[in-house]
Amino acid sequence: MYTPDNILTTTIDKAVRWSRTQSMWPVTFGLACCAIEMMAAGSAKYDLARYGMEVFRASPRQADLMIVAGRVSQKMAPVLRQVYDQMADPKWVIAMGACSSTGGMFNNYALVQGVDHIVPVDIYVPGCPPGPQSLMHGILTLHDKIMDGEINR
Amino acid sequence: MKKDTRKNKFKDKFDFWATNSEEGGWNISSTDEGSQKMLEEENAKQIKIQTGTDVIDDFVIDEDTSDDERMIVNMGPQHPSTHGVLRLQAELEGEVVRRVKPIIGYLHTGMEKTGEELNYFQGPTNTTRMDYLSPLFNELVFSLTTEKLIGIEVPDRAKNIRILMTELNRISSHLVALATGGMDIGALSMMIFGFRERELILNFFEKTTGLRMNHNYIRPGGVAADLPDGWQKDIEEILKIIPEKLQDYDDMLLDNPIWKGRLQNVGILTTKECFAYGVTGPSLRASGHSWDLRKAQPYSGIENFEFEVPVLNEGDVFARWRIKVLEIFESLKIVEQALNKMPKGPYKIQDKKITPPPRKRLDESMEALIHHFKIYTEGFKVPEGDAYVAIESPRGELGCYIVSDGSSKPYRMHVRGPSFCNLQALPVIMTDSPIADAVAAIASLDPVIGDVDR
Amino acid sequence: MSSEIINTSVEEYKKLVESLHSENYEMMVDLTVVDWFRKKEPRFEVVVQFLSISKNQRKTIKVFVDDEGLSIPSITDIYPSANFYEREAFDMFGINFLEHPDLTRILMPDDWNGHPLRKNYGSGRIPVQFKNAPKVE
Ligand code: SF4
Repeated sequence: MYTPDNILTTTIDKAVRWSRTQSMWPVTFGLACCAIEMMAAGSAKYDLARYGMEVFRASPRQADLMIVAGRVSQKMAPVLRQVYDQMADPKWVIAMGACSSTGGMFNNYALVQGVDHIVPVDIYVPGCPPGPQSLMHGILTLHDKIMDGEINR
Repeated sequence: MKKDTRKNKFKDKFDFWATNSEEGGWNISSTDEGSQKMLEEENAKQIKIQTGTDVIDDFVIDEDTSDDERMIVNMGPQHPSTHGVLRLQAELEGEVVRRVKPIIGYLHTGMEKTGEELNYFQGPTNTTRMDYLSPLFNELVFSLTTEKLIGIEVPDRAKNIRILMTELNRISSHLVALATGGMDIGALSMMIFGFRERELILNFFEKTTGLRMNHNYIRPGGVAADLPDGWQKDIEEILKIIPEKLQDYDDMLLDNPIWKGRLQNVGILTTKECFAYGVTGPSLRASGHSWDLRKAQPYSGIENFEFEVPVLNEGDVFARWRIKVLEIFESLKIVEQALNKMPKGPYKIQDKKITPPPRKRLDESMEALIHHFKIYTEGFKVPEGDAYVAIESPRGELGCYIVSDGSSKPYRMHVRGPSFCNLQALPVIMTDSPIADAVAAIASLDPVIGDVDR
Repeated sequence: MSSEIINTSVEEYKKLVESLHSENYEMMVDLTVVDWFRKKEPRFEVVVQFLSISKNQRKTIKVFVDDEGLSIPSITDIYPSANFYEREAFDMFGINFLEHPDLTRILMPDDWNGHPLRKNYGSGRIPVQFKNAPKVE
């Protein structure tokens, strides 16, 4: 049925939040083993496309979300920070895996003991590696956070 | 007044390309000095390495190009098609790559140092995270080296389970290599297919070991757990489905003119260059030399299995892609034999000093409790000495060198990752070809950066 | 498959490698260093693995390098595959490979201090802190 001039009323607040959650484009930041699970989450069986976020952007300028998948070494840390700085606001960070959350089992000279030393992290996904389901749960939690949290970032 | 501050806030917010960012000021020094000032021209030997003419001089120098057409570009470390955090610096002449220098270390985890702090029983937890596409091989090589140092032999069933699991792992690793290789060249459906079939194997791994990756399943003295009930059915399903799907890949790509045109005669690696740069594994076999440690220096009872070693002579990217498909077929053969002749018996060595007792025994026997406590707190002691063991991982010779000083922790643990060595051949296959082929060349070598940097 | 271990000195090392190369040992598969800090003199032991594909044999060469000189000839001109390994050994242990074309740090950032895999270099372990954990004085 064709109904002309449909009007939907909402608050701008809600509309903004909704649009932010529904097309959240991640930047490819695969570092180590967790990156493989991130790719598995993006491929056929788990299919991140359901959340409007299968487009892993190669350029940080076009991305809203950085999934830090894997261990961050001291040599990589400046690069990671630079990529984060290049992303346009508003931006979110998910620390995927034990290594990027806390350093994991490698408590030594080479690793940054948790990416929260260099970038602000919104969601920590535990596991070594976290399965695609865990990653998705993390992403959905982030969606909830955006829907209920501060609108100004 | 109020309005003003607000405006300023906005200005700050949208000026992020001018200022670094509001958090800015992070010290980026270690990226822009040192290894970045590469491609120095003083050293003739260095240039030879970077142009890949160290072994065979096939470099065509075009004297006419002016200096304006030369430029140095940086690729990575955060680049979608460098397979992780590999960084390349290349000198381009127009469209053609002239010199390349791979820069690594962006995933250096200090695992060799951590390996000295963990005892032999915990060791596989550490090594399994090195080459994350073939974790079981890393565990196997560590366990074999430890067993060689102690001088024990694991039971037949453990050996057979090891072979079964590692060959399945080889399949899953090659599937990822095919998938990401396809993705880099633009065959996106290959990416979806490869990961879909891999799930099948990962499901079996999850059932057996509890994890999809980084299993810590193969340990010194055997394997951590027996195969789950009904494992035969799962293997049979894998044996049925994977060949069908491989047929799909062949239908899609083998006679595909675009695929062929893109890959054939690109990035040629000769046998001589392979030897010089220490390239092993599928890349060596694709250059026409039949060398497989499973045949030449068999480990873990693989000499009792019948399979062939596929060899191709072209040495180009296409051959390196094709050989992986052929190797999956051979691995399937091994898996099938392992399924049919799985011996009965224990899956761990029956040595109280090395194997922790089963949980049930702890409630009954004091002695078992003591052994359990000892193994989990102190670990078992390994006699003094050193050993180097090599096995054939999906990427080549994976070696482990352990020095023991008689305590329960390795004095020095070093892993020879095949990708580390194979990466040195990158200048050879990348130079003198258009920049568009560079991605195909990297993908064909199939480096896993976790294995390179450790 | 047979394997053999040869102990040699820094002076003889290069000649020995050359003779191995002419004896059909096509590949240098691995080069690593063991630090015998306060356990043995000289302190560093360079362990090089060679593989002959045609003969299906392995050979291991062990060379002791002392703490003062810290230098050993590079074998990159005989086996180009030694390039990365020697750079790694330099990075991790600070051993100088003479006449290496490009002896720079490979795994660590260039401005890093020290050589991490030496035994007198701490592992850099950071004590783990838990939020809201009771304070231990
Ligand atoms: S958390 Fe585990 S799987 Fe993830 S990068 Fe670290 S070691 Fe690898």
